[in-house]
Amino acid sequence: MSSLSGSEPRVKVEDVSVTYRTSLESAPTLKDTVLRLGRRQQVVREIEALKNVSFEVPEGQVLGVVGANGAGKSTLMRTVAGILPPNSGRVEVHGRVSTLLALGVGFNRKMTGRQNVVLGGLAAGLTRDQLAEKYEEIVAFAELEDFMDMPMRTYSSGMYGRLAFAVAVVMEPEILLIDEALSVGDARFRKKSFRKMRQLCTEDRTILLVSHALGSIKELCDMAIWMHKGELRMWDEPDAVVDAYTAFLEVGEDAFTMEDV
Amino acid sequence: MSSAPPKTDPALNGAREDEYTSERHVYEPHKIGLPPIGPYLRELWRRREFAREMSRTTLRAQHFNTMFGQLWLVLNPLLLAGVYFVLVDILRSGSRGPAFFAHLMAGLFAYYFVSDSVRLSVKSVTGGGRLILNTAFPRALLPISAVMTAFARFLPTLIVYLPVHVIAGLPVGPELLWAFPLTGLMLVLATGAAMLVSSLQVYFRDLKNFLPYLLRVWLYASPVLYYAHEVPDRYDWLLALNPLGGLLTAWSDAINQGRTPDASSLILAVGWSFGVFIAGALFFMSREREFAVRL
Repeated sequence: MSSLSGSEPRVKVEDVSVTYRTSLESAPTLKDTVLRLGRRQQVVREIEALKNVSFEVPEGQVLGVVGANGAGKSTLMRTVAGILPPNSGRVEVHGRVSTLLALGVGFNRKMTGRQNVVLGGLAAGLTRDQLAEKYEEIVAFAELEDFMDMPMRTYSSGMYGRLAFAVAVVMEPEILLIDEALSVGDARFRKKSFRKMRQLCTEDRTILLVSHALGSIKELCDMAIWMHKGELRMWDEPDAVVDAYTAFLEVGEDAFTMEDV
Repeated sequence: MSSAPPKTDPALNGAREDEYTSERHVYEPHKIGLPPIGPYLRELWRRREFAREMSRTTLRAQHFNTMFGQLWLVLNPLLLAGVYFVLVDILRSGSRGPAFFAHLMAGLFAYYFVSDSVRLSVKSVTGGGRLILNTAFPRALLPISAVMTAFARFLPTLIVYLPVHVIAGLPVGPELLWAFPLTGLMLVLATGAAMLVSSLQVYFRDLKNFLPYLLRVWLYASPVLYYAHEVPDRYDWLLALNPLGGLLTAWSDAINQGRTPDASSLILAVGWSFGVFIAGALFFMSREREFAVRL
């Protein structure tokens, strides 16, 4: 389906570093800033989220990303999505990207599900026609027919997750970025989303999948990377990466890490 | 922080029919903190539907599309103009006539367009939370959509002004056409101010709390509750330093008194409008990379 030659990677991350400054105050105010004048107090911290990370994802590959909390997995996903530009290095992405990042769809709880889907899609660069074409399918997959015209503040957290998942997968992206969002909804929806994921994974789609469920990494992915404190620790077959990672964690492949999708 | 907007490879575009499957994105570090301007503007234009839809959704939430919503939109500034007229007339020992009422109304409507843009945009970035965290798009669309909302509320008030203008016996002539370029300048100024306050709000979350006071002071410093020519010489600096000073002077001259605005107020208006726009746009675009980690 692609005019790109098979050898050219869909996602190319070259020597990428990301550092950002974040505020230590929860809500920085002018008042605090004025009161602080002259008292040299540390209020911003520089965070080195990614350090010289390089890897490639060829077309049709499912790349698993594992790592402890704070290892830079989410930052990596945001960099590939173009939300956080790198401080050095270069990211090249060929194809339309759909993101299912940790926080899901729906940015304004006062707006209805429909408005959120439309606005989110338009912001992501879809046209109205493309949205109209896929809208019914999204609603049907999320099983939210009766709720689309209600404000999203009335949704349960499971409903949020279902809608986010549906938007990300129904849009038929060439590149799908998924950040720990597979375990949404009830058991039935989880099964359904896992089935959909498996289908997408076999469909020649390029997928970057962040998950703490090492079982699904092993099952779904063709390759895996292990991030540790912003560095790429390992880039290998999923089995090898998961084994090394679990050995590192010293938890072993017990029921907790393997079971959950 | 979409600040690195995707570059589209024309060769790839030509190769395929479906435009959106053929995107090639390159994300690289920004030089001098600014994203590459050309691709940024292209992406901005490509996603203009987002700003329109956002503004339409906001308006619908304010019942803009219902009859009473529209009525309120017109009644509210009319009442306001009435109250200010009585206030100023009392202070002036009852010397004000219908012509002044028309001046007050035209000025208030124009002023409220700019101040509504600022008021609506202040939380546009901080309120965009998850959208900013999860989607790469030019963030400038958020304040721009607030300006579009304010503009949609401004247009019907102009229609209310027309009959008042005629009833007050003010001249109707080609000078009224100045309304178009002057409204254009207001749009430029409002967009710049909107980008400035919406990005400042990210760093100073209490800005929205004292914004109403700043806006109130701005109104009193503008030639709305008085004619610009009544301002004593020792306060001339106030009009020059006020970004709306020259603009509203020219506005009242052309719209209300049927005079061609004088060059000095036009120069002030153009200078301030584009100055604020460039400052706001540069500040916003150089900062928007940080928004996703500052929210």
